[in-house]
Amino acid sequence: MRGHQAKLDISNGCIDLSHGSGGRAMAQLISGLFHEAFGNEWLARGNDQSAFDVGGGRMVMTTDGYVVSPLFFPGGNIGTLAVHGTVNDIAMAGARPLYLSAGFIIEEGFRLSHLKMIAECMGEAARSAGVHIITGDTKVVERGKADGLFISTAGVGVVPVGLDLSAENARVGDRVLISGTLGDHGIAIMSKRQNLAFETDIISDSAALHDLVAKMVEAGGHGIRLMRDPTRGGLAATLNEIARQSDLGFRLQEEAIPVKPDVAAACELLGLDPLHVANEGKLVAIVSPEVANAVLAAMRAHPLGCDAAEIGEAIADDHHFVQMATSFGGGRIVDWLSGEQLPRIC
Amino acid sequence: MKYVHEFRDKEIALGVAKAIGTEVDLARPYRFMEFCGGHTHTISRYGLEDMLPNNVRMVHGPGCPVCVLPAGRIDMAIHLAMRPEVILCGYGDLMRVPGSQGASLLKAKARGADVRMVYSTIDAIRIAEENPAREVVFFAIGFETTTPPTAIMIRLAEKKKLSNFSVFCNHVLTPPAMQNILKSCGIRNIGHVEIDGFIGPAHVSVIIGTTPYEFVAEEFGKPIVITGFEPLDMMQAILMLVRQVNEHRHEVENQYRRAVIRDGNLRAKEEVSNVFELRDRFEWRGLGPVPYSGLRLKPAYTKYDAELRFDMGELCVADNPACKCAAILRGIRKPVDCELFGKICTPVTPMGSCMVSSEGACAAHWTYGRFRDHQQRPAS
Repeated sequence: MRGHQAKLDISNGCIDLSHGSGGRAMAQLISGLFHEAFGNEWLARGNDQSAFDVGGGRMVMTTDGYVVSPLFFPGGNIGTLAVHGTVNDIAMAGARPLYLSAGFIIEEGFRLSHLKMIAECMGEAARSAGVHIITGDTKVVERGKADGLFISTAGVGVVPVGLDLSAENARVGDRVLISGTLGDHGIAIMSKRQNLAFETDIISDSAALHDLVAKMVEAGGHGIRLMRDPTRGGLAATLNEIARQSDLGFRLQEEAIPVKPDVAAACELLGLDPLHVANEGKLVAIVSPEVANAVLAAMRAHPLGCDAAEIGEAIADDHHFVQMATSFGGGRIVDWLSGEQLPRIC
Repeated sequence: MKYVHEFRDKEIALGVAKAIGTEVDLARPYRFMEFCGGHTHTISRYGLEDMLPNNVRMVHGPGCPVCVLPAGRIDMAIHLAMRPEVILCGYGDLMRVPGSQGASLLKAKARGADVRMVYSTIDAIRIAEENPAREVVFFAIGFETTTPPTAIMIRLAEKKKLSNFSVFCNHVLTPPAMQNILKSCGIRNIGHVEIDGFIGPAHVSVIIGTTPYEFVAEEFGKPIVITGFEPLDMMQAILMLVRQVNEHRHEVENQYRRAVIRDGNLRAKEEVSNVFELRDRFEWRGLGPVPYSGLRLKPAYTKYDAELRFDMGELCVADNPACKCAAILRGIRKPVDCELFGKICTPVTPMGSCMVSSEGACAAHWTYGRFRDHQQRPAS
């Protein structure tokens, strides 16, 4: 039998079950679409795995799953989000991200043109972040068993010798720095949800933060205690998590927390708190007071940190409360979100 | 945000706080109930309590439409949602409200019920049009603010001749509940209600105006200041209440003049009275049955009444006997006085009405204010 297979019909074609069956259709999808988009020497070898060299330092590894809906949103799509999210998880250790894996779970009927667009954006995001997608997997599930497309990733990177960013490093008096405005990603996504479409120019902040991190480490060295990217649950969840892990509390100044006016307006309308809304291109750093100004200056000098701000400090607190002086003059807690963020009716 | 930031101005707020501090009589307490959940949220969200003298205390009333919905009504909605032909539509804050035994619409959805969150009654109409083979039920809740959109929706359904659409009506009224709080002093051996004045509802008053409160002010001798939801609105309203108390006045004053007029929104009131009529009584979670406090559809619209259409039958579920919501809603107890608070009753696992939404007294204290339980309040 000859190995003839019709060319992938990208503009009109759809994923069918044969694209996940392990046969020619799958091989064609992988070579014709994914290899094309991610193109690198490791994938070109066509092995079930990829071997790579790592330089000196400790390795870090992370894994993540992407199920965002809608798949395309202002400022990105599920593919760019998968690259940025994985890169950022590695970068928060102060590490240089190197290699990613990508597993695609595709629903039968998914349009090939959409898949191609997502893969190309993913490839582009990886190239600009200086990482390579060196191994992958493709599964197709029956119609109704997935919401179009899910992507799972793993990533590895290398931390410079001597750098150990972790919550237990935080001390009373440490400063809390944030790299920019809060809530952009979550509001951009919500503005495109089917039952909640509203008109706005807000775009997702989805971005790879490793270069910003490198500049911060350069400026702050061991004065940087830890970094986190405040994704789901927003800044509130991230700081509560750090408070518990570091056995401290935090006191924030609401006035210092940067929020774009249109994000603040959308939150007003929807009854949401920007501190609970997701970000995909922001980081929180807990740094010693001695290096705070230097790190902040380094952040502000970077395009992804131009709105960076010092927003509060670590305090001794057995209850691990994240407290905030409100811009109105009173005080309150910034708590974890209880359950999913649901809008209020009045 | 134009027209919002102006009402959150710290400098002006500090000026009003100073005036309150100067004008209060330190020899007496000032206990003011904010009826609306929206006001409770503002107090907690902006930390207003920190800006008031120690003898001015805010009592968080029952004005959160989600909180006062009895668990039995939630159970009724869940039973309805579990019917395979039904799509149940409702506002977002309803999704996590606990019925009996920890059930909720969110959990029913996970078990296969078709429950959809909508932002507007128009969305529910659209869903009914898109699903002609299904029964679409709108879970209507709320005070006078959300009632006009429900009335308009029902008339729209009639105009569109929708035969697969109905409403599970749980709309309630504010003035009867205010009267109930004041009238039921000591009835349940939970102590005496001691309230020196009311912060009157904001959005509710946009619809009903200021006249319905005049009876309450006169009959019970309590001052009422109708005010907006912004923190500066509230600070000014508290100052106005302090002045009324000091001058032994009990009037209905309107701080929210930019939105509220004496007669309210006549068009909205007409829409409501065309479609709805009073129920003899309606159960409020935390308050119990309150006479003439709930609405149902008029006879001409009963074909849109889900309770009749699906023969739903009233379900009654008793709250946890240790729950102190009834006393907390009346200002007799504080959240921390309840032995369930923060232990088995938290926003994740609410046991009583006050913990159900972020506008409830207990949830607001837990979410925003519980750090104060661990610190001494600075003397002012």
